[in-house]
Amino acid sequence: MTSERDDRTQLSRRDLLKTVAAGAGAAALGFPAVVRSQPDAIRIGHLTPRTGFLGQLGEYGLNAAMLAVEEANAAGGVLGRKVELIAEDSVNPGVAVTKVQKLVERDRVLGLLGEISSASALAIGEQANRYKVVYINTGANSDELRGKNCNRFMFHVEGCNTMYTKTIGQWQKSKNLIRGAKWYMLTADYAFGHDLFRVSSRFLTENGGTVMANDMVPTNTPDYSAYILKIRQAKPDFVYINLAGTDQTSFLKQYKEFNLSFPLAGGVMDTVPFWAAGVDSLSGHWQSLWYHGLTMPAAQAFTKRFSDKYGKPPDNQAWGDYVGVKILLQAMAETKSSEGAKWVAYFEKGATFDILKGRKGSFREWDHQLLQEMYVVRVKDKKDAKDKWDIFELIQPAPAASESLELIQPTKQENPCTMA
Amino acid sequence: MPLFVILEHMANGLLVGSYYVVLALGLSLIFSLGGVVNLAHGAFYALGAYLAWEVQRRLGFFGALALSPLGVAAIGVVIERLCLRRLYREDPGLALLFTFGLAMAAEQSLRLVWGATGLPFGIPEALRGQIFLGDFIYSRYRLAVLAVSAVAVLGCWLLLNKTSFGLVVRAGTRDPEMVRALGIALSPVLTAIFALGVGLAGLAGVMSAPLAGVQPAMGTEILTAAFVIVVIGGLGSFWGVVYAGLLVGVVRGLTVLFYPPAAEASMYALMVLVLLVRPRGLMGERFERFE
Repeated sequence: MTSERDDRTQLSRRDLLKTVAAGAGAAALGFPAVVRSQPDAIRIGHLTPRTGFLGQLGEYGLNAAMLAVEEANAAGGVLGRKVELIAEDSVNPGVAVTKVQKLVERDRVLGLLGEISSASALAIGEQANRYKVVYINTGANSDELRGKNCNRFMFHVEGCNTMYTKTIGQWQKSKNLIRGAKWYMLTADYAFGHDLFRVSSRFLTENGGTVMANDMVPTNTPDYSAYILKIRQAKPDFVYINLAGTDQTSFLKQYKEFNLSFPLAGGVMDTVPFWAAGVDSLSGHWQSLWYHGLTMPAAQAFTKRFSDKYGKPPDNQAWGDYVGVKILLQAMAETKSSEGAKWVAYFEKGATFDILKGRKGSFREWDHQLLQEMYVVRVKDKKDAKDKWDIFELIQPAPAASESLELIQPTKQENPCTMA
Repeated sequence: MPLFVILEHMANGLLVGSYYVVLALGLSLIFSLGGVVNLAHGAFYALGAYLAWEVQRRLGFFGALALSPLGVAAIGVVIERLCLRRLYREDPGLALLFTFGLAMAAEQSLRLVWGATGLPFGIPEALRGQIFLGDFIYSRYRLAVLAVSAVAVLGCWLLLNKTSFGLVVRAGTRDPEMVRALGIALSPVLTAIFALGVGLAGLAGVMSAPLAGVQPAMGTEILTAAFVIVVIGGLGSFWGVVYAGLLVGVVRGLTVLFYPPAAEASMYALMVLVLLVRPRGLMGERFERFE
């Protein structure tokens, strides 16, 4: 009991120190009344878009984070304290900043996680660095977050665009689909698409293929028939789409509608829009950060717990937020500290985490990207699908079990990061 | 670039335009008669798609195609009777605010009832596949959409031009006071036109569901296009809207062919051009009550 109480005071005092650092005034330090009024529960701030076009993914992420917290509390909490999740809807980068300030200054959260939009994640990362609070990015893909815009307090469970392109690219290379091949690309005409086009066309040309055409597609395009007619005329060896969200779904449905014979792949894959398209509207080989069909016992157990609670299997976003909460709580338990800087040191020293995959994960020291396997998957035939969520067949992990996890990562030259 | 390619894209543009026509026609009807700028038109479009999803599971796609627009029209009747009709004689800004609020409430309701995640909605088995005419390729489903749109447009035209109901509607568009003075009640006509207009939006929603999917924000995304088409076509003109819808489809298709980044912007450029030359739109007529 004594030690537990000691831990508690220690944590509270650290909270206080942070409060002071945030400018609340040094005089408060010695007052026991203030110590007692500190919240007893450990608070974690969750930020993700829950409305708008990313809202459907955000909902999965939040549900999974709540599940992780519930499980932690059922197992006795962390360092004898209950865990509490405070969730906010980060509509856009501006709102995200306000919400971070509220979470840190008013709710006194010890860690932050979430997000899908790269622009919002960038804004949250900057705030996290300012407050010295660890932020785990669970859904934003932009390479620049790990490169040009990296910082000491931001960590990335989500894979970056390069990881997604190299995962499918390594597989295509092994199937000899790249050298000498002409690819037709469609690219979403905003920052995300441009970034993806940059890395996917670089991988293609470095390995001996050519981009025969690249159409910049405005976002929220409802009709792709004109693009599909152009592809049909061009007769490429491969069609590659740097699209996301509803744009990706609409394109896939309509590509299947016209039934062109050119094989199809793309720069990123989120399971939710693929589920929304339905298995008989899909085709091609894709890359997956995590899929509920993975056979590892830990992955199956998570899928079961999530499905029992929410009536549908977890998607890759749910996986990210679940694992993100686990990582934060593990850091807290292992360092016995509520101080962000201690967690950063713990992560950078190469702590490993059970991330419900074949291999354990750890953060890369120089850019804070989670080193992990990804998976190459193929769209199932409708007759083989057990239910509406059963859309992929797992082809292979990337990198293969014998290869280094660095194989799909951007190199230091490709995505340099210097942390202040 | 071979002429054939350009022709193919123009033909495809006409197909795409046909479902824009159905959507915009409803908007135009509601505006011409009631003077209401229906900002909730996109919401009725989305509702059409969601109702279709429910009906399809029980009665198949063709059941959905028939019943879902009727369902949307019925909801339209309720909304018109309970709320909108109180606003016809008020400042037009009130009706605008009302439909704006309705659109937001409707989108969030769709989210609450069916979830934020998109719903899978495939092309019906009977309409899958392609038809090849020489080097041209057509999707069967899109040809079916064209046929349904044509029937809907013709049906509306006959209703408005060959029936006594249509006569009252057209008279009401021009001079509601005179129609009332002649002892004809306009209020059931207004209800019917609102129901017809949102029913058309629902029909467009059903037809687009297998192509673009069903998700809560679908209505907001399509609304602007519908307004642009009505403006290009000219307020109050039936055929103006039809031509404008097809024209937007063709211009968009050709823009994709030559300069894809401007594909969505092309319809706005077209609108600016048309308004510079013809400030009332392609076939806009002079409306005493809106001048």
